[in-house]
Amino acid sequence: MKEKLLDVKDLKTYFYLSSGIVKAVDGVSFTLEKGQTMGIVGESGSGKSVTASSITRLISKPIGKIVNGEVLFEGKDILKMSNKELLSIRGKDISMIFQDPMTSLDPVYRIGEQMIEVILTHQKISKQEAKRIAIDALINVGISDAEDRFNSYPHEFSGGMRQRVMIAMSLVGDLKLIIADEPTTALDVTVQAKVLELLKDVQKKTNTSILMITHNLGVVWDMCDTVMVMYAGKTVEYAKVKELYKNPLHPYTWGLLDSMPKLSQDSNKPLITIEGSPPDLRLTGNFCNFHYRCPYVQDICRTKMPELIEVDEGHFVSCHFQTRENTLERKEV
Amino acid sequence: MKDVILKVNNLSQKFKIKSKKLFDKPKILKAVNNVSFEVYRGETLGIIGESGCGKSTLGRTIIKLLNPTEGEILYNGKKINDLRGSQLKSIRKDIQIIFQDPYSSLDPRKTTGYLIEEPMIIHNIDDSKKRREKVETLLKEVGLDVKHYNRYPHEFSGGQRQRINIARALALDPKLIICDEPVSALDVSVQAQVLNLFKDLQKKHGLTYIFISHDLSVVKYISDRIVIMYLGKIVEIGDNESIYSDPKHPYTLALFSAIPPESPFEKKEKLTLEGEIPSPLNLPKDCPLTGRCPHEMAICSQKNPELVDVGKSHKVACFLYQQKGNEKNE
Repeated sequence: MKEKLLDVKDLKTYFYLSSGIVKAVDGVSFTLEKGQTMGIVGESGSGKSVTASSITRLISKPIGKIVNGEVLFEGKDILKMSNKELLSIRGKDISMIFQDPMTSLDPVYRIGEQMIEVILTHQKISKQEAKRIAIDALINVGISDAEDRFNSYPHEFSGGMRQRVMIAMSLVGDLKLIIADEPTTALDVTVQAKVLELLKDVQKKTNTSILMITHNLGVVWDMCDTVMVMYAGKTVEYAKVKELYKNPLHPYTWGLLDSMPKLSQDSNKPLITIEGSPPDLRLTGNFCNFHYRCPYVQDICRTKMPELIEVDEGHFVSCHFQTRENTLERKEV
Repeated sequence: MKDVILKVNNLSQKFKIKSKKLFDKPKILKAVNNVSFEVYRGETLGIIGESGCGKSTLGRTIIKLLNPTEGEILYNGKKINDLRGSQLKSIRKDIQIIFQDPYSSLDPRKTTGYLIEEPMIIHNIDDSKKRREKVETLLKEVGLDVKHYNRYPHEFSGGQRQRINIARALALDPKLIICDEPVSALDVSVQAQVLNLFKDLQKKHGLTYIFISHDLSVVKYISDRIVIMYLGKIVEIGDNESIYSDPKHPYTLALFSAIPPESPFEKKEKLTLEGEIPSPLNLPKDCPLTGRCPHEMAICSQKNPELVDVGKSHKVACFLYQQKGNEKNE
């Protein structure tokens, strides 16, 4: 019944700098089913965006290199594809929406021209037909006066409108996967709510899968079916959204959930924090990367890297003390 | 009676925008439009709004980084609009500001120690030995270490840099600190640390904060009273509790319904406003929400609603509540 669309296995992307090797993504595995939404959460520098770029191989050479892993998209490994095959997938089957819509649209071309370019790259149709498709897509994402707006330049649009244009661009093809990299981070809350609503609508209509990268857990609760928590380039926990909320297992996930200020929070109590700050990615190695900040740290954490274990059906966690045999008692805070 | 530390009366801040055409009249952008409120000693006043609503301009005008176009600012009952030179300098000692970006607000070529000492040098406080002692206590107070004294800003993470900024603001023993999105550039785990620090320092030094942010949950956590701004105007003001438990203004309602849920089990009813925030250029004289408001009435496009009290010093600028208020009076 459930069809795998994307299957990422042990992905590793390193950046080779003069000061050392930055292990931006260091062993990430997950699967995404058709029509599902998966969220990747983590702090800045945890490797969420590099994971997304690695899937479409948008890693700048020669500094960055995907050193290990498989990215199976409908059974075919993207990492082994020729450039020609890759181009036929990008924009047609997989499209990406970035955080800053201004930098992903070319400021010197009209919106319409940019949309037609995408359509004509993948479909053998006339320019007139392409225009028709593009205008329909603009109407679909709720842009009023689409015919007029078709001839506007990106700077004439507000942030929310530009993000709508980006979504419209991904709608013109027969899309299977949208990778949304912090699509609403630069937007105000009311605009964010509208863009998320739009993405949900699009998904319902076309049965697309969405890979949602965000640092905002609220967006995850709102949008996603499954969620992966990343820390210092590694998957620390991966589960269904409701399961993760009800029964989080990794100490980092606990800290992340607690340190979000909530509306229901008692403002007389101090917020629970994670001490310290994320580690330097050049120094991550053969140990648990969270051990510097973990309140439950023991000797084994400093010397051995924990494996990602499936402790419950569909619930993976990477901690020495959260296995099928052992469980860690969460301290009362 | 509550002790008012800062009072703002009918404050407006206008900017002239050059017209694209030569010899055309410049356009007027009203970033802050006829705003009045009071800040009580020892409290935190949160200011919420979306980008372009004038919240940062308001903060900058209060500390006189911008000269207000209209209205008056009273600090401890004294008008500070027209102060210049040494008088302004003495006021600046009492009012400090912390900015959003911890990276660009510190001079990269100065050491941490000097950066924190600098305000004291400018204001000629103590001798160098005493200043050094003070810097060391400040470093400890904001959660840094004395060994950080000779380090440069690039050696610190974002959260630590924001701590340096806080220490720098505290160096002059200010009474009022304006915090302009101080945690927006930080990751959640670090953000929580800095928010706790703000609360601790407030208790310890009896500080008053004006806390500007677009993050509603952060403001809810830190503030005693909250101001909600839309297009340069205050649309609602009240106690933290009453604003969040009983929001009145249609804009506030829409804003709150747009906050992402707190759990995957929470299903929110979304109230969306039509269209987008209009440009603050050439604002009409009517209610700023006209054209987007679901409860629009005829009067909304004729007059500008004033802030009216709906009980417990909770004020709303909307005709929906003005009429109800009048009925009660009758």
